[in-house]
Amino acid sequence: MTAFTPKTEAELAQIVTEAEAPFRVQGGGTRPIGGPTNGAILSTSGLSGIELYEPGALTLVVRAGTPVAEVEKVLDAEGQRLAFEPMDHRGLLGTEGEPTIGGVVAANISGPRRIQVGACRDHLLGVRFVDGQGRIIKNGGRVMKNVTGYDLVKLMAGSYGTLGVLTELSLKVLPTSHATGTLLFEGLSDEDAVKALSMALGSPYEVTGAAHLQRGVDGAPVTMIRLEGFENSVAYRAEALQKQLAEFGSATLETDPARTKAGWEYVRDVVPFQTAQGDVWRLSVKPGDAPGIVAALPGVQALYDWGGGLIWLLVPEETGITGTQIRAALAAKGGHATLVRGQSREVFQPLNSAVAALSAGLRQKFDPKGIFNPGLMGQAA
Amino acid sequence: MEMPLPDPEIIARKAELIDRLRAVLPDDAIISDANETRVYECDALTAYKCPPLLAVLPASTQEVSDTLRICHEMDVPVVPRGSGTSLAGGALPTADSVILGVARLNEVLETDYDNRFIRVQSGRTNLSVTGAVEADGFFYAPDPSSQLACAIAGNIAMNSGGAHCLKYGVTTNNLMGVTMVLMDGQVVELGGAYLDAEGYDLLGLICGSEGQLGVVTEATLRILRKPEGARPVLIGFDDIVVAGACVSDIIKAGVLPVAIEFMDRPCIRATEAFAGAGYPDCEALLIVEVEGSDAEIDEQLETIVRIAQSHNPVELRESKSADESAKIWLGRKSAFGAMGQINDYMCLDGTIPVSQLPYVLKRIGEMSREYGLDVGNVFHAGDGNMHPLILFDANKPGDLELCEAFGADILRLCVEVGGCLTGEHGVGIEKRDLMTDQYAPDDLDIQMAVKDVFDPKWLLNPAKVFPLDASDDRRIAAE
Repeated sequence: MTAFTPKTEAELAQIVTEAEAPFRVQGGGTRPIGGPTNGAILSTSGLSGIELYEPGALTLVVRAGTPVAEVEKVLDAEGQRLAFEPMDHRGLLGTEGEPTIGGVVAANISGPRRIQVGACRDHLLGVRFVDGQGRIIKNGGRVMKNVTGYDLVKLMAGSYGTLGVLTELSLKVLPTSHATGTLLFEGLSDEDAVKALSMALGSPYEVTGAAHLQRGVDGAPVTMIRLEGFENSVAYRAEALQKQLAEFGSATLETDPARTKAGWEYVRDVVPFQTAQGDVWRLSVKPGDAPGIVAALPGVQALYDWGGGLIWLLVPEETGITGTQIRAALAAKGGHATLVRGQSREVFQPLNSAVAALSAGLRQKFDPKGIFNPGLMGQAA
Repeated sequence: MEMPLPDPEIIARKAELIDRLRAVLPDDAIISDANETRVYECDALTAYKCPPLLAVLPASTQEVSDTLRICHEMDVPVVPRGSGTSLAGGALPTADSVILGVARLNEVLETDYDNRFIRVQSGRTNLSVTGAVEADGFFYAPDPSSQLACAIAGNIAMNSGGAHCLKYGVTTNNLMGVTMVLMDGQVVELGGAYLDAEGYDLLGLICGSEGQLGVVTEATLRILRKPEGARPVLIGFDDIVVAGACVSDIIKAGVLPVAIEFMDRPCIRATEAFAGAGYPDCEALLIVEVEGSDAEIDEQLETIVRIAQSHNPVELRESKSADESAKIWLGRKSAFGAMGQINDYMCLDGTIPVSQLPYVLKRIGEMSREYGLDVGNVFHAGDGNMHPLILFDANKPGDLELCEAFGADILRLCVEVGGCLTGEHGVGIEKRDLMTDQYAPDDLDIQMAVKDVFDPKWLLNPAKVFPLDASDDRRIAAE
C-alpha cells in the first residue's frame, strides 16, 4: 500500500491539495478504532518534535507526530505531565508502534483522571491542521483562555482525522503530584461500588480516580479511589474519606508510588481485558445508570472508571450480545457506546438525524473531496 | 463601528411578523412599542446602541422554536440575548432584527448530587445556579464578575470564565449537554448527564459561538462539592518583572492555586482611594488563593510564602481568618468600580503567554503616554488573561475613538506576543474588525463555513465575530 510520510506541514498540504483518492490518516497507527479505512496511509509521524515548552506557563506546543513517550519524558523532567492521563491502546488492541500525541488528540483519549481534570479536549489550547482542500488552518492558540472566534480546537479533538490532518498542538500541562494514595475497598457489588465512588466524588476531597473492577488482580472485586497532592494532604483526605465511606467496609490505603502507578495504569489501559477473548466496548453513561446497564447484559464483564460514568465492557462471543442490544440498553437512559475492539461495522454510536445532518454538513465543508478516513464516523462527503 | 444597513423590506413587514408571532406566543411575550424596545438597544458595551424591530421573550423551548421558525421563514435576523451583560456588544441589535431574550427561561429542571450535575433553563443567572445547590454544599464553578446578573445562555455563547478558572476551567469545561434550537426551528439535543458526548464535539463548538449557531434553551452543567475552605495571601512587589517571575515559580512548584490575581500601581492607587483595603503602594500586587482544609491551606500557603520571600516582596500578608480574606479581596473586587469613579473606562481582555507579562506591561505603559490616556491593569495572572482598563472621558469629543484605537493597539500587541484578542469576553462587535490581526483569511473562512452549516441564511446574531468585508459574500449569497 502506498504511504505518505510528509516531513513538513507544507509538504503535507501539497499532498492533500493534489490528492484525488482517499487517505487513511494516522499517527503511530496504534489505535485503529473503527477498523481500516480505504486509501493510502497518510502518516504524521514525520512531523515530530517539541516547538515550545514553558513550564512556568504550563504550556506545551508540539508537532502532531511526536511520540507520547517523548512528550511525557520532557514534561517529567520539569515535574509536569499530561494531566488527562492518555490511555495506551497497544495492549488492548494488540498493535505495535509508537503512539503519537496527534493520535491522542484525534481520538480525544483520556484516562482515569478525566473525572477530575477534564478530557484531552479540555487540555487542548490550539491546533494547526491541513483541511481537505490542502489549506493550513490554525485555531485557538497557546494561552489558557481564548474565546477569539469559533472553537474549532474542540471540534478537531475526537474527530478521528475526518475533518483534517493535525500538524501541531498546544496543550495545557499540569504539575505532577508529590504523592499519591489509593484507597482500596474489596468485595463490593457493582451497585455499592458506584454508590461509594459517587459519595467520594461528591466529597470535597478532590478524588482524581474512581474505578471499580469486577475482578481485580486476585479475582475478587476491588474498588479504587485515588487521591493526589502533597503528602500530608493525601493522608488527611484518605482518613476523612475512609470515615465518610465507613458503610462500605474498611479500606486499605496504598501509597507506594510504584504500586499506585501500576494500579491506575491497569485501569487506564484496561489490562484485565487485554488477553481475554471477546469484543471490547466503551460506554459513557450517567454513573448511577451504569450497574443497571451492565446487569441488563448477561455474561459480560465490566470495568468501571470515572465513578461509573465510563464502562469498559468485555463481551465474549458466546453471550451473543450485539452492539444493537448494548445500544438499546443505553437508549432509554442516555449515553453512548463505541466498539473499541471487535469485528462489527457499527463502531461509533449512531447519531440522531439532526446531529447527523450537522455533522455531515461540517464534514463536507472541512473535507469536500471526501478524502480523509472516508468510512470512519459516518460517511465522508 | 460599522453595522449592516437595516433592510427596509423587513421593517415594512413588522405588522405581519407581529401577527404571526402572536399566533405562537402570549401577547406579553412580544414587545413592539418603541419605548419598550429601547431597553434592548444595547448590552454592557453602552457606546453602541440601536433599538431592535421587536423583542420577544419566549418561556419554553417550543416557543423559541416557533419564534425562530417564523423569523427564518420571513428572513428576519435574530439577536439572542441572555441578560445583556456582554462587554463586547455580543447582544447589540440591528434595526431590522428581533431580540430573542431568554429571561423567562429560568427554571431548575433537575438536580442530581449523586451524578454531580444540574439541568437548568438557559435564562437562569450564573449565581442562581450555584444558589440552587449551595445549601447542599455544591457549586457551579465558572464565576464571571457579572455572575449576579449574567445568564447561563450568555455564558455558553461567550464561553465565560472567571477568577477561579485556573483550577476549574471555563464554561466549556463545565458544560455537559444542551438543548439548542437552530435558526430554522429544529430542536437539537447535544450531550447529557454523561461525559464526552458522541460524534463530533458539537458541544465544544457551540460553546463560545456567540449565539450565531443556535439558541440554547436548556443546559446540563457539572456541579462540584465546595472545598472545605479557601484563603488568600497578598504579596506586594516593587518590580513588575519580579512579580511575574514569582507567578511562574509558584506554578512550577506544583502548587495549583484557584486564583492568582494581579494589579499594577495605577489600579492599586485607585482602589485604595475607593475602597481603603489597606493595600501597599507598590508596583505590583498579587493575590494568590488556595483551597482545602485548614491544614492543607497552611501547607500550600507556606510553599507560596517561601517562594514569594525569595523574590524580596515589599509586603506579604497571609490571611488567617475569613475577615482577613475578605479584606484582601476587597480591593480587587472593587477595582472596576474604583476605576469607574475616576472616569469612563474601557475594559479589554486580551490574553498573553504568562512569560510575556513584563514586556506587555512595559509596552502598555509606553502606549499610555503616547495616547495620553491613563490605564490600570488588573488581571488573572495564572492564565495570562489581562484586563487593561483604559480611562477616557465619554463627553469629550474624540476621546472614545482615541480610547478604541489605544485598545486595538493593546490587543494587537497581545496577538503579536503569542496571545489572543479575547480571553473571556468574546469578540462581539468590539473586536470583530481585529479578527484579521489574529487569523489569516483561510482560518476565518473555515470558521464561517461552520456558520454556513448551522445557519445557512446567516440570520443569527448578524454582524458579530467576523469582519463585515470577510463575511460579505456569504451574507449577500444568503439573501
